[in-house]
Amino acid sequence: MARPGPVMAPARTAGGDGPLVVADGVQKYFPLRRGLFGGGAGDYLRGVDGVSFVIPQGSSLGIAGESGCGKTTLARLLLRLLSPTAGRIRFGGTDLSTIDGSALLAFRRQAQLMVQNPYEAINPRFTIGRALMEPLIIHKIGAREDRLDRVIASLTQVNLHPAEAFLEKFPHQLSGGQLQRVGLARALMVDPIFLVADEPVSMLDVSVRAGVLNLMKATTRSRRLTTVYISHDLSLVRYVCDTTMIMYLGTVAEIGPTDVVLTHPKHPYTQLLLAAAPVPDPTYPVPEIAATEQVPTPIGPAQGCPFKDRCPHVMPVCHTTTPPLVFVGPRHQAACHLYEATH
Amino acid sequence: MALLAVEDLRVEYRTSRGAAHAVDGVTLEVREGEVLGLVGESGCGKTTLGRAIIRVLPRNAGIVAGRIIFDGADLAALPEPEMARYRWREIAMVPQAAMDSLDPVYRLGDQFNEVLMITGGQSRAAAQARALELCDLVGLDRRRLAAYPHELSGGMRQRAAIALALALRPRLVLADEPVTALDVVVQHHILRKLRQLRAELSLSVVLITHDISVIAQTCDRMAVMYAGKIVEVGPTVDVFARPRHPYMMGLQNSFPNLLRPQETLIPIEGAPPDLLAPPPGCRFAPRCPFAVDRCVTDAPPLRELERGRWAACHRAEEAGELRVQAQEAQGWRVPAL
Repeated sequence: MARPGPVMAPARTAGGDGPLVVADGVQKYFPLRRGLFGGGAGDYLRGVDGVSFVIPQGSSLGIAGESGCGKTTLARLLLRLLSPTAGRIRFGGTDLSTIDGSALLAFRRQAQLMVQNPYEAINPRFTIGRALMEPLIIHKIGAREDRLDRVIASLTQVNLHPAEAFLEKFPHQLSGGQLQRVGLARALMVDPIFLVADEPVSMLDVSVRAGVLNLMKATTRSRRLTTVYISHDLSLVRYVCDTTMIMYLGTVAEIGPTDVVLTHPKHPYTQLLLAAAPVPDPTYPVPEIAATEQVPTPIGPAQGCPFKDRCPHVMPVCHTTTPPLVFVGPRHQAACHLYEATH
Repeated sequence: MALLAVEDLRVEYRTSRGAAHAVDGVTLEVREGEVLGLVGESGCGKTTLGRAIIRVLPRNAGIVAGRIIFDGADLAALPEPEMARYRWREIAMVPQAAMDSLDPVYRLGDQFNEVLMITGGQSRAAAQARALELCDLVGLDRRRLAAYPHELSGGMRQRAAIALALALRPRLVLADEPVTALDVVVQHHILRKLRQLRAELSLSVVLITHDISVIAQTCDRMAVMYAGKIVEVGPTVDVFARPRHPYMMGLQNSFPNLLRPQETLIPIEGAPPDLLAPPPGCRFAPRCPFAVDRCVTDAPPLRELERGRWAACHRAEEAGELRVQAQEAQGWRVPAL
């Protein structure tokens, strides 16, 4: 029986680098539905397969990897939109799976989500003013007469000028970039301490992406907001994240300071992603890549290293033993047998 | 030598609010054996231009002026039955979201047979042999011909769509966002395959994309499109190194580069114009930090500034200086008009 308790998040003003989020062996398996003819019974899909990491308060973590690597599932676990099948996630010291009632409502206020498609994020029948008012009403924030001022202030903060002009507009009257700014404003409306942004600019045109990214970067830094960016785009991660975590088939392949991971990648998978990433420079030679593009299925039991089938450095041990995350540098870890001897 | 020459092409969409000029006086050449990149943001008309070339426009759209010269014939003026002879055989398209364009209820092999036997008039035996050959060509496992589209990964479906386009040995392939929504490793292999096919089959490819990094790594020449017009054309290397149009400078500024992370990205403020009522002068003027009075009143024509280098900007001669100014973020804060 879960005991309700307050979420003990450290105050945002504390300024320390203590962890806000601690994930410990987090696992999420999805049972596969028994097929019409009985197939698939007892099988499960390994969405997230035992990941452990820490997000220091006020920092930004980028979670990158190919589609199906579990990054969105992990984001949903961090927000308690899903519950892990094993392991636990502590938020400000409290195990997320134990909270309910008023503590859960408090967590819902402290942790906010920004989704990929801004047109899906805002109710199309709500005006922008109403959409931004909603979280204040739900969380009973501010007096009724102050709420409009808060909404206007938040629109101004995301550079939508003049704010009053946007209040009565409907989502379809805004461009994607404007609407994603509204999405950010709405997430910030309730003064959260934790923000998860799932591919926040991938639906936007290139010329407006930069504006939204700059805004997110500036806002989260000035508020010392702990932020998680989920992205398939390493150049975006490099631009906005302090720490980078590379996921493969539900596991952490590599994690460390962004500049180190993306300039001196240790894990062969990170090296592969970096080699394949397109660069906006025609004089940059396109590297040869030998690895196959086929990602193995995450269904059923895993054996050995999840990357073994595509890895150019595969060794006999990789087929039998799952490599643990080991330190390969200061605050830099990789899950690869190549580095165990040196540790 | 030009395989295809588009001359002053205009395509209109009829809407309840009037005519939208999605392609507004486009002149462009595709040379034999080249990969030409057509880059621009959503709504700039790049997909419409591609669809106009192969004449598969939506019902409410039509070519209202201009010529599309392919192999001596003006495709824009051909009656539909004659145009049909060019599709697949001479010009083929890999449509946007091609991986979702395969018919979900037919096995892949049947879809190949349909193109090869019905459109191509080949015998079943010839079609089957060709289907196997096409699989090898694009790097698709031959056994996949027995699979339904949903049994294939995104990358395999994209390869299948490319193989289908190549089925009847066209000379020109229009590939609309061929790698969008694919993972980077898959992207890498598919783009490499496209370049390889171009060389092996002496194919011309028009690669339509919003992503300048895809252009940088794949295309010999590129054309930049903005609000229905071509604003810059040239060899990819030169357009990247010495952009002449402020829009291309802005695109480069706003695009994150994995190799150069320290730079601050500079967005292009504002939004593209409403194509139902475009501004009278340069369509980029409302967002351009370098716009002068003339830009607001006169539309700049696409001019050849030096051999093979075209730009539609009144200030193209000052591009060197503008490129320096374009590095300053402050310059791009365009005051609201």
